[in-house]
Amino acid sequence: MKKIIAKVYLWVLLILLYAPLVFIAVFSFTESRVLGSWTGFSTKLYANLFTGNMQGSSSLLTAVENTLLIALVSAGVAMILGTIAAIGIYNLHGRKRQAVLFVNNIPMINPDVITGVSLFLLFVFLHFSQGYMTVILAHITFGTPYVVLSVLPKLRQMNPNIYEAALDLGATPAQALWKVLIPELRPGMISGFILAFTMSLDDFAVTFFTRGTIGLDTLSTYIYADARKGGLTPELRPLMTLIFIIILVLLVVINLRQARAKNSVTAR
Amino acid sequence: MSKRSTWSIPYVIFMVLFVVLPLVLVIIYAFQGPDGRFTFSNITRFFTDRDALGTFAVSIEVAIENTLICILLGYPAAWILANKDLNRSAVTIILFIMPMWINALMRTLATAELFNMLGITLGKGTLLFGMVYDYLPFMIYPIYNVLVKMDKSYPEAAQDLGATPWQVFWRVTVPLSMPGITSGVMMVFMPTVSTFAISEFLTNNKIKLFGTIIQENINSSMWNYGAALALIMLIIIGVTSLFQGGQKDAEEALI
Repeated sequence: MKKIIAKVYLWVLLILLYAPLVFIAVFSFTESRVLGSWTGFSTKLYANLFTGNMQGSSSLLTAVENTLLIALVSAGVAMILGTIAAIGIYNLHGRKRQAVLFVNNIPMINPDVITGVSLFLLFVFLHFSQGYMTVILAHITFGTPYVVLSVLPKLRQMNPNIYEAALDLGATPAQALWKVLIPELRPGMISGFILAFTMSLDDFAVTFFTRGTIGLDTLSTYIYADARKGGLTPELRPLMTLIFIIILVLLVVINLRQARAKNSVTAR
Repeated sequence: MSKRSTWSIPYVIFMVLFVVLPLVLVIIYAFQGPDGRFTFSNITRFFTDRDALGTFAVSIEVAIENTLICILLGYPAAWILANKDLNRSAVTIILFIMPMWINALMRTLATAELFNMLGITLGKGTLLFGMVYDYLPFMIYPIYNVLVKMDKSYPEAAQDLGATPWQVFWRVTVPLSMPGITSGVMMVFMPTVSTFAISEFLTNNKIKLFGTIIQENINSSMWNYGAALALIMLIIIGVTSLFQGGQKDAEEALI
């Protein structure tokens, strides 16, 4: 009985949570320009999306490209910067360590609007012309803390002597770093990268304040501008549907792999 | 070993430039008049600005309501998900977490469009509904994370010592999951106050939240007043995080 109530509760919540997404997905398979009116099954919106055969299509596709490019570059830099920082922070002690970790937490606690406005003021103050560069720098700022916090636990779990052992056995510092340290830290680096990447994909407010006036659009700012004009571009429906499906599949695959990895560890 | 602490230097420089300096600039701009001179007028203007004060009150109210609803709906869900007897499926957990990975604007617009089609007038009710949609996963996930890692022998011990299930829940499970709740509140409350765009879409521009006012001022080049409003929000964040003593635990619940 308890089990049934629990199951029903979960599924009612899930149905409510997913109703809007399912609604968009269903209406991505009809041609109607107005959302909510069904004019028969059609995959025309999907075709339009891929062939770019629609109004303002180039700007939508450019926005998707920008989003991916900014996320990849900023998450990549965040991963490198954050990993090096984590190694340094791990070797810091006392007040210094506390201070660095405190500042590291600020971008995670700050609401997006504050991060966005404060960086906007910085770029204005420094007379930086805003565009790709400033958006990427901003995304590195809020992505790196996640990398630091993902890599630090891996450093704690690691045997601190193996790096020194590699050096004693004649490895150069670069070799010891590349062949000993990095492989140990890799899982933390990857999960930090994924976190920074998705934070960047999701971001709207920070991009909005740091993109300047050169007409740079990511998917979020494109959707924002589109919705303000009144009504969504119909081709956004198949795009959203595809994004839901890709993320769902990715999450299931990642989680199943993690579960399998855990099982094989315990089996050993 | 200690020499490698120098590896933190590039990041420290980066943070001083992109985290500390921007916040200092918010403070400087907030106390500067249009002529560049020091002034309190931006701050005092907020306290006499009916519009801004009203928006501020509405934002806090909506944020409190949203946070409470998210705890009430999310805690049982997290508890069920973390309970091996009630849920064994990893997919249900993924389904609850997934919305966190999808652009909030997209989800919000989908919600607003659904309300439109159902003929529900956009207003306060739809705003709360949409906010709960957007933020519920952010409450469930940290609580779930803490509950899953919790040592199951504590509730068992309480039970063995004669506690009723109700007592076990309120006096053992809930206190032990406080870090998860704190971190959930952190991820729901302040973001709700500061959202812009989301509230406009969910209410058809009828209700503004505090983030929108900041954005409007910055976008219309009223940087000094915008910075003053941002500073007021920063102070609130500082105060709330002081109250959350176990902040470190709260952040650990996230990863």
